[in-house]
Amino acid sequence: MRHLKLLRIGPLGFRIGSHWRSPVAALDDLYRDYPAPQDGIADFNVHLFAARPWRRVLRPSVHIAGDFVIPDAAPLPLAQGLLAAEMGMNLQVALGLRRYLLLHAAMVERGGRAVLMTGISGAGKSTLAALLMARGWRLMGDEFALIDCATGLSHAFPRLVSLKNEAIDVVAQALPDARFGPLLEGTPKGAIRHLVPDARAIAAMAVPAEPSLILFPRFGFEAAERPVLPSEAFVRLTQASTNYVTLAERGFDALTRLVQTVPARAIDYPDAATALAMVEALA
Amino acid sequence: MNPALLLARVLRDPGAIGGLDASDWNALWAVARAEQLAGTLAHRIAGLPMPHAAARLVEDAIASAEQGRTAALWEAEMARRALAGIEAPVVLLKGTAYAAAGLSPSTGRVIGDLDILVPRDAIEDVEAALLAAGWEWVKPDPYDDAYYRRWMHELPPLIHRDRDKMIDVHHTILPLTARIRPDAAALLADSMALENGLRILAPQDMLCHAAAHLFADGDLAGGMRNLWDIHCLLGEFGFEGLAARAAQHGLGAAMAQAVRQSVRLYGTDAPAEWQGWDALDPLFHRRLTARDTWGRSTRKAVQLGFYLRSHALRMPPTMLARHLWTKWRKGHRPA
Repeated sequence: MRHLKLLRIGPLGFRIGSHWRSPVAALDDLYRDYPAPQDGIADFNVHLFAARPWRRVLRPSVHIAGDFVIPDAAPLPLAQGLLAAEMGMNLQVALGLRRYLLLHAAMVERGGRAVLMTGISGAGKSTLAALLMARGWRLMGDEFALIDCATGLSHAFPRLVSLKNEAIDVVAQALPDARFGPLLEGTPKGAIRHLVPDARAIAAMAVPAEPSLILFPRFGFEAAERPVLPSEAFVRLTQASTNYVTLAERGFDALTRLVQTVPARAIDYPDAATALAMVEALA
Repeated sequence: MNPALLLARVLRDPGAIGGLDASDWNALWAVARAEQLAGTLAHRIAGLPMPHAAARLVEDAIASAEQGRTAALWEAEMARRALAGIEAPVVLLKGTAYAAAGLSPSTGRVIGDLDILVPRDAIEDVEAALLAAGWEWVKPDPYDDAYYRRWMHELPPLIHRDRDKMIDVHHTILPLTARIRPDAAALLADSMALENGLRILAPQDMLCHAAAHLFADGDLAGGMRNLWDIHCLLGEFGFEGLAARAAQHGLGAAMAQAVRQSVRLYGTDAPAEWQGWDALDPLFHRRLTARDTWGRSTRKAVQLGFYLRSHALRMPPTMLARHLWTKWRKGHRPA
């Protein structure tokens, strides 16, 4: 691995090795204000590599691997090397994390109280998290919430916010002074552009928060809101967790405690302005 | 330093972590994870002074291994219940056996599939009982299925439909096509009962099986873990009667190779007659320690050699040619 990047996101340290310079250069730029892993020791390794030596230069194709592997992770073209690095980091956390209960959720915080927003891809997690950041909330993450099994506190994972398709322009208008990565077109998820979390999100990334509200947002419907019973929230969050099963009793205890102590709501919304008003009224 | 040798040195002498810098630590964990030795490493160095970030990794790996152990023992219990109506002995093998018997290799060890040994004449009953209890076939290809049934030492693997755990049901410890034919009847006859009625192999047979698995079958992938098992078992059981028992199974050479490599890599305390270093031993050593600082496998030529060797050990040349041709047409390529 000729090119190396070490960085910390929230409580997790990463060591990323690449056959090519460009993915590491993009990480160096976009993650320039992030610290190195604690003690220089990474929790996860990510490898970006060419499956055959000539594929480093000839139609370069970036394969993604690491300490924890799944078969058949599809490679990406080198122009999407930044996306490959991001996917690699996400994959290692999703497959390998044992320290916290991992929930696939965006998270923002105000006054020490964290709002978790979870839902299927396309529910608007990343967009809502970015727009709430624009309105003065602390961004804790747009992808993963890390629940401490012992304390019930939620740790931040403020990686680059991954904005897709229409959300790219919506967020660019709301955050005219923010830093963005390159526009990546034709990815498996359409157009993607990464937003760098603001200085406050990065400075406070080691500070956990008390979960105070769980939201299940859904984009593309008439505005509606209903309470979600702990039982339903429990089942939906087991589906939103990649390590609930492997954590076994610890995971069960942490999740039951979360749904029993934190209220949950499902919200449907037709546009971002409606969603923001609903979230801020509930939180 | 080769990072695989660094891992071996720390397993031998945990105090060696005192001299590690951050990049050593990163290489150490990457190789330990790749070799499925992270839990073992964690138990070896737990409690020693080390950077906070390393101590967190140790804590995670220990918790993870503990959960794996609980799940593996539960899986053994599920198999015990499914097979309770069958007269034949059911012998636990490898990781689950070490855990069930509380043997030293099990400390922090990852346990993969549940491996059991049953008499060959009971295998149809065992298969039927497992299918009735929720295990299902995972080899849908008729060639693979037929190949297993005719030539292998085990049934095609089964996975439980609710728990998603795999069971390998063996009737001996090497493929039927291999030149070496271990004495399966003796393995069963001398096995020892645990409290719950499941059985484990006799100590010397446990060592023979580990050596057979590593040096008389397979291509030594992940060999550091299997060799660590052997190192621990030798420390626990010693060498008495080992040569004779290995010879009885036709595994004298594999056992001797296992001991020599274990002495070399882990500093196992072995009697003089077990020590030595043969002409081909360095090649085995190079294969066992082929890792870079990212935990990725290196020395592709050595690996390919051992891949070919594994097949040559497993079956006669004409059969091998026919098998590889069939697999090639189905799209299989060596990793």
